Amino acid sequence: MYQAIVFLPLVGAILAGLISLVGAHARYPSGRPEAGGHDHGHGADHHAAQEHASPRHAGHDAHHPSEPAAAGSRAAELITTSLLFVSMILSWIAFVTVGFGQDVHVSLFNWFTAGDLKVEWALRVDTLTAVMLVVVTTVSAFVHLYSIGYMVEEPYRPRFFCYLSLFTFAMLMLVTSDNLVQLFFGWEGVGLMSYLLIGYWYQKPEANAAAIKAFIVNRVGDFGFALGIFAVFMMTKAVDFGTVFAQAPSLVGKSIHFLFWDVDALTLMCILLFIGAMGKSAQFLLHTWLPDAMEGPTPVSALIHAATMVTAGVFMVARLSPLFELAPTAQTVVVFFGATTAFFAATVGLVQNDIKRIVAYSTCSQLGYMFVAMGVGAYSVGMFHLFTHAFFKALLFLGSGSVIMAMHHEQDIQKMGGLKDKIPFTYAMMVIGTLALTGFPLTAGYFSKDAIIEAAFASRNPMAIYAFALTVAAAALTSFYSWRLILVTFHGKPHDRHHYDAAHESRPVILIPLAFLAAGAILSGYPFKELFAGQGVEAFFRDSLKFGPNNHILHDLHAVPYFVAMVPTLMMALGFLVSWHFYIRKPALPAELARQHEPLYKFLLNKWYIDELYEVIFVRPTLWLGRLLWKQGDGRVIDGLGPDGISARVLDVTRNVMRLQTGYLYHYAFAMLIGVAALITWFIVRAGAG
Amino acid sequence: MLSWPILSVTTFLPLAGALFIMMLGSEGEAEKRNARWVALWTTLITFAISLVLVWRFDAGSAEFQFVERRPWLAGTINYHMGVDGISLPFVILTTALMPLCIIASWGAIQTRVKEYMIAFLVLETLMVGTFCALDLVLFYLFFEGGLIPMFLIIGVWGGPRRVYASFKFFLYTLLGSVLMLLAIMAMYWNAGTTDIPTLLKHGFPASLQTWAWLAFFASFAVKMPMWPVHTWLPDAHVEAPTAGSVILAAILLKMGGYGFLRFSLPMFPLASQEFAPLIFTLSVIAIVYTSLVALVQEDMKKLIAYSSVAHMGFVTMGIFAATTQGIAGGIFQMVSHGIVSGALFLSVGVVYDRLHTREISAYGGLVNRMPLYAAAFMVFTLANVGLPGTSGFVGEFLTLIGTFRVSIWTATLATLGVILSAGYALWLYRKVIFGALTKPKLAAIKDLDYREMITLGPLAALTILFGVFPKPIIDMSAVSVAQLISQYQAAIGAAKTAAMLVK
Repeated sequence: MYQAIVFLPLVGAILAGLISLVGAHARYPSGRPEAGGHDHGHGADHHAAQEHASPRHAGHDAHHPSEPAAAGSRAAELITTSLLFVSMILSWIAFVTVGFGQDVHVSLFNWFTAGDLKVEWALRVDTLTAVMLVVVTTVSAFVHLYSIGYMVEEPYRPRFFCYLSLFTFAMLMLVTSDNLVQLFFGWEGVGLMSYLLIGYWYQKPEANAAAIKAFIVNRVGDFGFALGIFAVFMMTKAVDFGTVFAQAPSLVGKSIHFLFWDVDALTLMCILLFIGAMGKSAQFLLHTWLPDAMEGPTPVSALIHAATMVTAGVFMVARLSPLFELAPTAQTVVVFFGATTAFFAATVGLVQNDIKRIVAYSTCSQLGYMFVAMGVGAYSVGMFHLFTHAFFKALLFLGSGSVIMAMHHEQDIQKMGGLKDKIPFTYAMMVIGTLALTGFPLTAGYFSKDAIIEAAFASRNPMAIYAFALTVAAAALTSFYSWRLILVTFHGKPHDRHHYDAAHESRPVILIPLAFLAAGAILSGYPFKELFAGQGVEAFFRDSLKFGPNNHILHDLHAVPYFVAMVPTLMMALGFLVSWHFYIRKPALPAELARQHEPLYKFLLNKWYIDELYEVIFVRPTLWLGRLLWKQGDGRVIDGLGPDGISARVLDVTRNVMRLQTGYLYHYAFAMLIGVAALITWFIVRAGAG
Repeated sequence: MLSWPILSVTTFLPLAGALFIMMLGSEGEAEKRNARWVALWTTLITFAISLVLVWRFDAGSAEFQFVERRPWLAGTINYHMGVDGISLPFVILTTALMPLCIIASWGAIQTRVKEYMIAFLVLETLMVGTFCALDLVLFYLFFEGGLIPMFLIIGVWGGPRRVYASFKFFLYTLLGSVLMLLAIMAMYWNAGTTDIPTLLKHGFPASLQTWAWLAFFASFAVKMPMWPVHTWLPDAHVEAPTAGSVILAAILLKMGGYGFLRFSLPMFPLASQEFAPLIFTLSVIAIVYTSLVALVQEDMKKLIAYSSVAHMGFVTMGIFAATTQGIAGGIFQMVSHGIVSGALFLSVGVVYDRLHTREISAYGGLVNRMPLYAAAFMVFTLANVGLPGTSGFVGEFLTLIGTFRVSIWTATLATLGVILSAGYALWLYRKVIFGALTKPKLAAIKDLDYREMITLGPLAALTILFGVFPKPIIDMSAVSVAQLISQYQAAIGAAKTAAMLVK
């Protein structure tokens, strides 16, 4: 069964991939290379329509295809979607059997072995994994279903569904991994699929740029991850979780001389591995790729950039809790970055106008919350937020997709308005998602997010107060920008009559996934409260999460003062009221404020200028250095002093002796033969003498 | 063991094919066709025979196998052939790639077809011989002789600046080979034999080790190529015809790495240990420096050539880390790079045959017309990036993890290459494959034909297979690597004990 959960999406991906390749090959036939360069009469005008698809509407889900759907599109959709639903049902069965029963370990085969390094392909299914299995397959299955409706105008759907399923497979390999290297396989695998899906509309330059940016920023994180694996292997001679965790306590107090410093071994490992998590989960400093990733189709944003892939970093810290529990300094680092991200992303989200980017910054911010929970040792609480967030954030993205479709590929909320009468069902779903995100009582987010804020308050971590203050502030900001999105989009007056009149509710295949995810956004909270944040944690998670002997955070967070427990709810209400005041009562006020505080507004609008900063300190110097080394280093110094310098001298001589074209070859052969002859002669002489 | 000299057959069968082609009549369409078919069948049969080697090879033994030994010259030099777990993968790599090179040259080479095929077959004999030779003089002959057909291939069928490129190659190589010759003489002087298995057990005095190591290093570093003697490679690649680039990148570069494993490390262990920091420094510079240079290239072949230098940096680093993971990773990285870089050069050849330019800016949006090509090129690009699941990952990962235990600085800086490789490889892919197809010259471009599918398909399959299941290669060499390391450490340990006693 566990193999089926993981490998059914792979089967679907392979089949869809084959359909895609066969179809593509039929559309664009092979040709002899000799035939290239001159036209064979067909092709040029037939394809001309497709070629001008690129430069339109920067940053919009706008792709007006002029081609018929690829052959087998329907088959590819049905195969991948139904396999995913099977996988989802099996995952829920696994969730119950593993969560309330026994852990499962399935060995597949040996990947590679070199000396004491042994790496296996294996599936490790404990409760932590089971939670992730449910999240991944459920969201993925509904995103597949939704995509059948959303991508209906796309000509190359088999490729899209192949990518979606392959992503799901990589994500499942990630969460079921039994060692750091397989984790890295899934890690980079989801990174690759993210790259391919962001760049799905490969004719758009912005999509290509965003795709490469996502991959490279993630690689910066993976640089840390890889070094972390190396350090773990150096200290424990193993990379599989069982052995590493068993040895972890014996590493306390040991240190590694890393570059210039003597660093505590466990702290170093955890920080290096956390750098990987920062990249994948878009934490502050390595977050820049996530907003740009919105160039991808909206279902991709929902699946990869909200519910699953970006939470991999959180999952990793939870998985490695036996290491982090022993490295308090690393935990403090995690808390710091989590809290900073939660606040930073929320501030930027305040002023964005692209509906998807608002939700993206909100994702970034919520991931920060999860890391705060991880850092203070409340692993199960962080997983709780991961679990609930997957539903309501996927809902918000898919709902945004429905809005975008209704507005005919318009993503700027300033051009929307008053849509609640036109698309009431989508409106209702978006409101449910927003309630859950802002932590309205009894919705899913209320339980998980408030628990994180309480845990931050109760923690004894040196960064705990910082984290508490920033997460509370972020809660108010979250509520403000989330309601801003709803109010500007659905209330008030339409700003674009033309689009407004044409707006229409989406088809059932799009609305049904919304309804299911909305149910999840409400029901994933209360029923699971005890398992993730209450008395049931120990029995439910068992050994999959490690709480050190001094870690009483789960107990302490229930003992916080009453006002602390009330603060998040107050913040939510405050955010809503301000938002309502700004956008319903006095719609002129926001523009007024932006004018009065223009530097601040610009600062936020431009995302704290971090992209510009990176451009100046990393990108340009790197390219400059590359060019310098090429032209000056290789060209002038090495070649100039070496071969060119010598050859210039040699050529002067040679030119007089014989014609150049043939000369050097014979020279070489001659030199070599002389050498061999000399060698043999010498041997003979010596043999004779000896 | 077999009753027939299988290594000699594998080595010299291509030469026999070359002689046969030579006997074909003068230049005409029929002769061209015959030359191609004879070359193809020769390489295919050679490959089939080399598979017998794999089948009969005992991976549990570190001894040389399929040994042939006959007196040859001057009573001391023997015709001595044999393979162990370190050389066998390279023999197979060579024989497996040759048929693909012949197929890739099928339509692209139209002038002097006979001579071209002869050059390739002779080259195959010399390359296989290099990996099988168990006598220093025999090795030297094969090793240096292999350059002559390569010169010819670049010089006759190459691009416009072929003269400059070959000349540069010649100058670099000449110095190395002269020094290696001197070292060979010195080794004979000291040990009284040129027999490699005997020399492996000989134990050279420390002072000779230093000088001989440096002399061999001069030759192998040029071949690898290591920074700063790498600048011949981009020029040679740019000028070489497609199949020439494939052989150059996939096999000839591996001779340097093989030489380090066969001679430098086991025969001069003390010097290897002494010079390891030098190798680490040069490797790290190679990885970072050439990756940066690759970022700004404008020519597809140059970009891939620079990335080859970076990837070879991982190999030298891993070998001289002298840990099991480092050396096993180095061997695997070489085999993987043979497959991947060969495939990348073949991929460049595909579009070069259609448009006759390698300028990156001349392309863009090929995916709109060449979906199969885009898919294959994506697989190779990802392997070049070192994505887990492709063969490129295993080698890089093993060399890095093996080096980290020895030198954290080296491994950390080398890991930077992981970020940079993603930069240049994906940038190339984006510029060539992605984007809208707007250039009029590309409008009628056609996807892979069947011949190109036959060459790229198997390589793509192997890239993924060895990424998921690299065991066949790693296990083949595991015992030989283990023995190499134990002898290396024994030698180092003995020297330490001796030093203690003196004190």
